[in-house]
Amino acid sequence: MAAARVLRPGGCRRPLLLSSASFSSSSSSSAASGGGSAAERGEQPDSAGLGFRPPAHSHSDWIGPPDKHSNLRPIIFYVPPEESALERRLREARQEAQASNQRFWARHNRAFRQEKEEFIYSRLKAKGLEMRDESGQKATLNAEEMAEFYKDFLTKNFKKHLQYNRDWYKRNFRITFLMGQVALVRALRWLRRRKKSVEQ
Amino acid sequence: GFFVWRLRNTGIPQIPCRFVHLHRVANDRLITFQYFNFLKRMYVTQCNKDLSQRAKPKSDSIVSPFRELQQLDQEKKVVYKISPVSPVHQSWSETSSRNELREVKSAAETEDSVIPVGGESREDRRWKEMKVQLDDLPGILARLSKIKLTALVVSTASAGFAMAPVPFELTCFLFTSLGTGLASCAANSINQFFEVPFDSNMNRTKNRPLVRGQISPLLAVCFAASCGIPGIALLTLGVNSLTGALGAFNIFLYTCCYTPLKRMSIANTWVGAVVGAIPPIMGWTAATGSLDAGALLLGGILYSWQFPHFNALSWGLREEYSRGGYCMMSVTHPGLCRRVALHHCFALIGLSTVAPVLDITTWTFPIISLPINLYISYLGFRFYRDADRSSSRKLFFCSLWHLPMLLLVMFTCKKSVLEKEDKGDLRGGSHEMALEIRLP
Repeated sequence: MAAARVLRPGGCRRPLLLSSASFSSSSSSSAASGGGSAAERGEQPDSAGLGFRPPAHSHSDWIGPPDKHSNLRPIIFYVPPEESALERRLREARQEAQASNQRFWARHNRAFRQEKEEFIYSRLKAKGLEMRDESGQKATLNAEEMAEFYKDFLTKNFKKHLQYNRDWYKRNFRITFLMGQVALVRALRWLRRRKKSVEQ
Repeated sequence: GFFVWRLRNTGIPQIPCRFVHLHRVANDRLITFQYFNFLKRMYVTQCNKDLSQRAKPKSDSIVSPFRELQQLDQEKKVVYKISPVSPVHQSWSETSSRNELREVKSAAETEDSVIPVGGESREDRRWKEMKVQLDDLPGILARLSKIKLTALVVSTASAGFAMAPVPFELTCFLFTSLGTGLASCAANSINQFFEVPFDSNMNRTKNRPLVRGQISPLLAVCFAASCGIPGIALLTLGVNSLTGALGAFNIFLYTCCYTPLKRMSIANTWVGAVVGAIPPIMGWTAATGSLDAGALLLGGILYSWQFPHFNALSWGLREEYSRGGYCMMSVTHPGLCRRVALHHCFALIGLSTVAPVLDITTWTFPIISLPINLYISYLGFRFYRDADRSSSRKLFFCSLWHLPMLLLVMFTCKKSVLEKEDKGDLRGGSHEMALEIRLP
């Protein structure tokens, strides 16, 4: 099993490294290039941090469970041995989009968590209550008190969401368009091959 | 349907040995009865031996059967519109109770700054190959097109068709239903295509096909096109151009106006209400060929109904909206939210009274419908005054049976065509004039 896993020349996987808030695209590209050189050396790059390695015989992408921080599902992209320039552009666009989404949501969800905690703490303090009541349970505020926080949080992050939406829509369209192009090219290639085999 | 033996972990520790029997019905709903625990163990062992984590042979469309059972109850809660509020119907009570639980639990998780979006099953934690399994495709496409919601939209269109004061034509009716259904599938698919990262972060929508990678965005768009284009063509060529135009407009309104607007302004609720109001109008125009007062009245009833329905629902989802970045009245303008819901409950009473004036129904309709309209108005008032979870839930669940009942009563009180012909002499000019306009 391990022997089979040590790789066949050519095909390799470019996993996407996921880390929480301090993720940057530079680290992602260096990881990708590191993975690439590892493949050239004939080794299977480790899907670092994701704890999963797709089987060597598989020619498709693999999607994982939702990330703890961003709730997004990471994808490990398959790199075919003869990847065309178009296919590479598509894959890179998808990787970039995934990284960007991961960055945004992980940071955003963490901020939500933290600010919610702070809000609860400040409110409890104002009421003169402790974070834990007599029974040792964490004290909470009721829905109406929390509503103020939710409204505040939404208004505060409004501009950020607008920016993200625009970004996401652009990426989504671009990726889908590239997918369409790749599918078309593959279909034409397949048709050409069939014509040739029919003629022969 | 066919019988599928499913091996699963119930996740219910106190019931260790149960037998699972899943019956898959045409629209992909599963009814679970019991579980086979020992078979599950065998399957799990096999899976563990296979290190490559090959995709499961059977489709894994459901997360946890027990939750599915709960969801089934909620699935009955219908929504008569092409969509609207993202957190409409389904796991509403589930989400609210889970929210409460989360509020208590999250406070205890200090070092683990994580926001769990609902519970995960073993299925969720697996890595899956992103290859389309052909036998899973119908189920996936059904979920992509929100097939149950589509069915409800088609039934409101049928209600519009049925209420039209013309003799019933079966082919026209079938074309209308099919065309509306296809248009709705297209619109819902595009909506999901636009909303992938947001759906991932909300509990109700995190199991959608695009979120789980069961289908590629390209395929989703192609499916939408292959539903929308024939659907609109069918409406335009097989029914009439007015209905086709309304269908196309509704798809545009839903995908290009409502969906992006959800994250920009609270105006999305009003746009969504229009989206829900158009199908019955389409049904009416399909039958009569013209956009007259009756169509607008039916549309008006659906439009007004959306507000108590959605505003009540959104009251319990404020946390998810806030985190997800959705601009909803319940979060930003809570007073307005409750006021609008109440006003539209009253509007329903008014619209029901106008129906006989427009000769659509007899005068028995406002009389018979008064109790249910008063009841929903009463619940609307309670929601307005109390502004708490229990009043919002009551209003929401009431809206679920209120609409079908109202439409049913309306249909039974429909003014028959013969009666109208008699009245025609009395009404005189206006009736004949309307006829003249319609004839070529």
